[in-house]
Formats: sequence, structure tokens, C-alpha cells
Amino acid sequence: MTTPAYSPAFAEFRYWGAIFAKSWRPVLVNSVVNPVLFLAGIGLGLGGLVDDRSPLDGGLSYAAFFAPGLLAAAAMQTAVVEGGQAVFNAVRTRRSYRVAAYTPLQPHDILHGHLLFIAVRILLSSAVFVAVMYAFAIPASPGAALAVPVAVLLGVTCAAPTAAWAITVQQPSVIGNFSRFVVMPLYLFSATFFPVEVMPGWLQPLVYLSPLWHGARLCRDLSVGTVNPLDAGVDLALLALTALAGYLAARRSYRRHLHS
Amino acid sequence: MGSAATATTRHRGAGRPWWLVERHLLVYRRSWSVFVADVTEPLLYLIAIGLGIGSLVGEVAGTGVPYARYLAPALLATSAMNSAMNEASQRVFMRIKLEKTYQTMITTPMTVRDIQFGEVSWAVLRGLATTAGFLVAATAMGLVRSPFALLAIPAAALVGFAFAACGLLVATLLRSWYDYLYLQLFMLPMFLFATTFFPLDRFPDAVRPVVQALPLYHAVTLLRQVCLGRIDQHAALSAGYLLLLGLAACALAAGRWRRMLQS
Amino acid sequence: MTSAHREPLLVEGSGLGKTYPAGPGGAAVPAVRGLDLELRRGEALGLLGTNGAGKSTTMRMLAAVSPPTHGTLRVFGLDPLHDGPRIRARLGVVPQDDMLDQELTVRENLVVYGRYFGLPKRVLRERAERLIEFAALEAKADAPVTALSGGMRRRLTIARALVNEPEILLLDEPTTGLDPQARQLLWDRLIRLKNDGVALIVTTHYMDEAEQLCDRVLIMERGALVAGGSPRELIGAHVLPEVLELRFTGTEHAAGCAAVKELIAEGAPWRLEVLPDRLLVAAADGQDAQRRIEARVLPRASLVRRATLEDVFLALTGRALVE
Repeated sequence: MTTPAYSPAFAEFRYWGAIFAKSWRPVLVNSVVNPVLFLAGIGLGLGGLVDDRSPLDGGLSYAAFFAPGLLAAAAMQTAVVEGGQAVFNAVRTRRSYRVAAYTPLQPHDILHGHLLFIAVRILLSSAVFVAVMYAFAIPASPGAALAVPVAVLLGVTCAAPTAAWAITVQQPSVIGNFSRFVVMPLYLFSATFFPVEVMPGWLQPLVYLSPLWHGARLCRDLSVGTVNPLDAGVDLALLALTALAGYLAARRSYRRHLHS
Repeated sequence: MGSAATATTRHRGAGRPWWLVERHLLVYRRSWSVFVADVTEPLLYLIAIGLGIGSLVGEVAGTGVPYARYLAPALLATSAMNSAMNEASQRVFMRIKLEKTYQTMITTPMTVRDIQFGEVSWAVLRGLATTAGFLVAATAMGLVRSPFALLAIPAAALVGFAFAACGLLVATLLRSWYDYLYLQLFMLPMFLFATTFFPLDRFPDAVRPVVQALPLYHAVTLLRQVCLGRIDQHAALSAGYLLLLGLAACALAAGRWRRMLQS
Repeated sequence: MTSAHREPLLVEGSGLGKTYPAGPGGAAVPAVRGLDLELRRGEALGLLGTNGAGKSTTMRMLAAVSPPTHGTLRVFGLDPLHDGPRIRARLGVVPQDDMLDQELTVRENLVVYGRYFGLPKRVLRERAERLIEFAALEAKADAPVTALSGGMRRRLTIARALVNEPEILLLDEPTTGLDPQARQLLWDRLIRLKNDGVALIVTTHYMDEAEQLCDRVLIMERGALVAGGSPRELIGAHVLPEVLELRFTGTEHAAGCAAVKELIAEGAPWRLEVLPDRLLVAAADGQDAQRRIEARVLPRASLVRRATLEDVFLALTGRALVE
């Protein structure tokens, strides 16, 4: 009998996959149905009020503006829940990280496995969401499909630094406050719901600091078909650099907290 | 030895629900951030959607009201609903399943009815606090102008009552954490489609009765009429709907709670 | 036996029974059947039984949180069905799993619980101080309960049950999972309470605990009472006073067994129990039995001890695992 090659990180990925497989229905509700409902309620319902008055710059319908931004926002949302609450639980309440640390898995294997799982989850839910966008005939360009890998990159960019921090958190209320007072404003004000030009001029530079703004802009340009190579390069480079920095920080903090 | 008995007789049964409220106050004094979020979350929505998207919308057709003023009371209704429902379906659920707080309480003179009454009172109080905070902020932003808006406070208490009662019922129906996610499958579309963000006439005729059957639709209608100072018979109808909903949920929850704690 | 009967009767139950309604696809099974019990002031009553024997259900009925479906029950002369709050005002309950309020500190747990009895804050602040001392938790008074060890949680749970100065304390497996030092400390506290006139009802799986604490024990099986009395009385009535334990090296086990059986056949007044690893010989005189057996076979080890409540319990409820 031959044993399949043993990959420690893949073992951790399989753990999260097994948990997901047990409960994929309700989880799917969160990561697919929620954004689709937002798309219908805000994009089409409220968007109807916007379109009745005047189209946005470039003759864009509100839904065409909103949908790709929402795709990015949903990716961020999934990433910070998985990288925040789930990591906290895995250390403090369910303790599955602690159990994994007693096996041959190294802390970085645990990190890789979990990040891989987050990436796959976002890949799946983003693909479904883009299919829904096509069903509503929202994208103007076939390039919209490329928004899926962008959403995955944005997800890792958000998940890695969040996980690096969440593994050090002691109190559950801290995670709650993070999602209330950090994630929520990012979600609402990263030019996902309305163009950044609507905001007061002095606030606009702050928005450019948000990774979600860059992810949303790239997704939107891909969906509308107005990709500007310079902007796209800047967005991709910023997201990739943040992801790398977050990953290195997470490696360090996983090692410190799981093998201390 | 006799002092316990005398103290209890002195209080009779009337004060007992309040002791539960007292416990919650003690706990929440430490988690003030939850209260802050109760107010800031709808405010963030008000700013992002009411002012942000609102600047693209202008006036809401048929009302002559700028979008942010149209949205503010609906967010007020939603936050009164959410603070009551979240408390009941998350915290109460945790206390039933994990912390066994109520199993402990019923070993004291507290009865199941006292607990239920206390939880509903607490949710109403929280709803009142949230509403007052949000109302002050919205008024400062110039989004609430009618003096009738003061009626929003009792109206929000009624919304809190109706949804807290529903929450106590729902808390006994949840089997696991995943059922809570299914509950969201009802709550989120209700939040998005109960005329919170756009008027009823945007829906196709066939869908309107469904929207009008939603509890949140009545909460939004009541608060919008009160805050805009345009009160007609619909406000009374919606208030009646919420009152009946709350009473019915209380009655159903009472039986389930008794079976759960005292079988 | 003597003075206890002059103390006032606190609990009086006769023909007490509880049948839970049938669940989906299952028949209704009685959890407790025809139980008679009495409790007087300052008395300690033990409820013994395997898991599922009906001990916890009995406790819940006595605590006036679960109405009996059969028989009559009076606690402090009151009917639990109608006077639940008045009865519970005079009871202290120590549940099996501590059920401490996770969101509160040690002191707050005492004060908040006391408020459920309607006690004034001024009284509670002072009582909390005394109870923290009683439970030896001074160093942890303002720590969250999540920071307590198992023994500390148990002591806090008992302290909490005393906040209303109860006349009856109901303890469901008070020392399960505790280390020997923590058990000793708890027993000491419980005996102090008993001496102050508090009546105790204790369920336990530890027979030594029942012998230490209880004036009387009731042994339950499948919801019904199988025996009752003081530990001494039960030992006298159900087993011989001494037990000889014999161990043999592997192959000699059968030979030893045969030898003892032979002696019994010849008229020795003993009872033999064969276990996989040893023989138990119950006898009136253990040393005499030891001499007579060792004259025929030599065990690897032998030991004479007094019969305990555990022997009674095993004799009455059997050795098989009940699940």
C-alpha cells in the first residue's frame, strides 16, 4: 500500500474544509446569499431611485457601480471574519489550533492551511456572485470574471494581518469591537456604496488607504471594462505588498503564540 | 435565618423582573462598547447611505423629503428591532444553552414569568436608550425636524417590545448556532426590503402585500410617520400590529420557556 | 436517631413520582417512582444511585423547579406547585455543573444571586464578604469566575447557595472532579453548616463522602428506592461486617476460588464474590476466614477490611455498568 504524500499544511486545510462541509449551507447563506440580497435591495431597489434622477459619471447605472464594489466588500467581510473571529475561536474557545499544535504540524503549516481555506472559500463565493452579476446582466465587460482572482487577493490581504493580530487577542469583546468600529466603517466608506467624489475633499485621501478601496476599484474597472493599466498596477501592487507583509507578520505571531 | 424570608415577603413578586434587569445593567456596564455600537451602527448607515447615496438620490419621489430624512426613521426602527432581537436571539440563546443562567435563576424565588418579563423589559430599555441616542444625533444632523418626533421614543419602545417578545420565542426554537444563521436569512431581506431604503411603490403590485405583512414594515411605517410629523391611520394600524405581535409572541414563548426550565 | 426526631420536619414526600412526557418516537419512562422521604432540621440525607437512577430528578422536585407528576410533596409545609417562590426563598441549591454567571466576578456572583432573593444590597455586601471568607476565596474576590480552578468554582457555588441563609441545602455531586485537599475543605464547610442546623440533601457517587456527611442514605435504582437507613444500619442489614480481599498470581486464581468454595460447602458462613483480579470473601470475622483459607492455598496478597457503604451499594445495584 502506498501512502499519499503527507503535506502538513494540507492537513490543516482539510480540517477547515471538513468543518465547512458539515455546515456549508448556513455558511453559504452568509457569504453568497447576503451579498446577493444587498445587490437586489441596495443595487436594484435603492439604485432605481438614483437612476431615476440621473446616471452616474460615464452613464453608469447604480447597480453597475455598486455590484463589483460589493463583490470586493463581501470578500473583505469573509476574510476578516475567518481571520478574526475564527482564529480567535481556534485559539481560545474551540482550541483546534492548540490541538493541531500538538501534532507534527508547524505553526506556519497551520497558518498556510487556514489561509488556503479562506482563499478557497472566497474563490467559491466570489465565483457564484459574479455568476449572479451576469444573470442580472450587470457587467459590461467579459473581464468581470477576472474580478474573482482580485477578490481572492483582497481576501488574503485582509485575512493575513487580521489573523496575525487575532491570535494575540485575549478578550472576545475585542474581536467584536474590531468588527463594529473598524470593519464596519471600512465596509461602508471605501467607495463601495457611493463614488469617493461624493465625500468631502479632506476625507478622500483617507479612503485611498483602505485596501478595500483598491480592491473595489479594480473589480469595478474590470466589470465596467475601463481598466487603466497604471491604476490596475498600483492596486495590484498595494494589495500584494500588504498581503505579503501581513503574511510575514502572521508567520511570526503564529510561531510565538502556538509554540511559546 | 429568617431575614431571607422577610426580605422576600417585603418585596412580594412585583420587583422580581427588575432584579434580572439589574444583573444585565451590571454586566453591560463593562461592555459599554455594545451600547455605543447600537447607536453608531445605524448612524454609519445613515451617513453612508442616507447622505452618501442620498446625495445621488435627492428627494424621494412622492414625499418631497430629502433621502436622508426619509431613511433616518427607518434606521431608527431597524436599530430598535436589532438591539432587541440580537439580545434575545444571541445572548439569551447563549445563556440557555451554554451558561445556564436561567436554570440558576429559577432555583431562587424568581419564576419563569419573572425572567420573561425581565428580559422583555430589558430589551425595551435598551431600545429606548438606543433610540434616544440616535434621535439626538439625527436631530443634530438636521434630519429630524417635527416636534412629533418625540413620539418616536414610545414608538421605539413598542418596536422593542414586539421584537424582544419574538426574540424570546425564537431563542427557544434555535437548536444550534447554525439555526441562528438561518434566522439571518429572514432578518436580512426584511431589513433590506421592508421599505427601509425605498418606498413601497418601487415594488411590483404582487409583492406589496408580502412587504406589508413584514413586522419591520410596520415598525418603519410607524416611526417614519412620527418622525416626519405626517401621522395618519396607518400609524395606528402599525402600532396595533406590533402590539398584537408582541402579545402573541409573549404568550407562545411563555409555554415554551416553562417547559424548557420547569419540566 | 434520637434527637433528630424531635427536630421539625422540613420535607415530607410520599409516593413521589415524576414521568417526563414521551419524546418523539419514545415512550414515557418514569424517572422517579413511589419515593417516600423525610428530612428534619440539621439532618443530612444522602441520595445514592447509579447514573439515571433518578437522583437529579428528585433534587429538582425538592427544589420546587420540577413539579411531581405523582404523590404528594410538602417542603416547609408548603406545596411546591403553588408556593414555589416562597419555598425557594428558603432553599440553597448547588447544581451539578456549577452554572456560575460567567459574565460576573466572584463577588458579583454572590451579590447578584442574592438580589434574586430580593435581599437589600447593604445586607448582601456584608454577606458576600463573609461568604468569600467562608469559601476561602479572598484572593479571588474580584476576579472573573472564568479565572477560578475547579475547586474554587465549587466552593463559590456553595457560598452562592448560602447567600439567602437557607434552611435546606441541596447538593448535587458536590465534590466530583475535585482533588483530595479540595474535598476535605468542602466536607469541613458542610459539616460546619450541618452543626449550625442547616439540613443537607446530597447526591454523590462517592460512598466515603456519604459515610462522612450523611446521617441517612437512600439508595435508588431506576427511579425507585431500594434501601434506606443510616450507613451503619445499611451495612448491618445488607452485608457481613468484614471483607477479606484475596489476590492470586495468574494461574492460581482458579485454585483459590475452588478452595474458598470448598470451605463454604463445608459450612463456613461466608459469601464469596469472584472478580477477574481478586476474590472478595464477606465474613463476620475476616481474620478467622483468612487463617482458614491460607491453611489451604497461599494467596499473593490478602487484606481484611471493614465492610463499607460501597459494598452495600454494589451488593444492591450490581457490578455491571449501567448506561
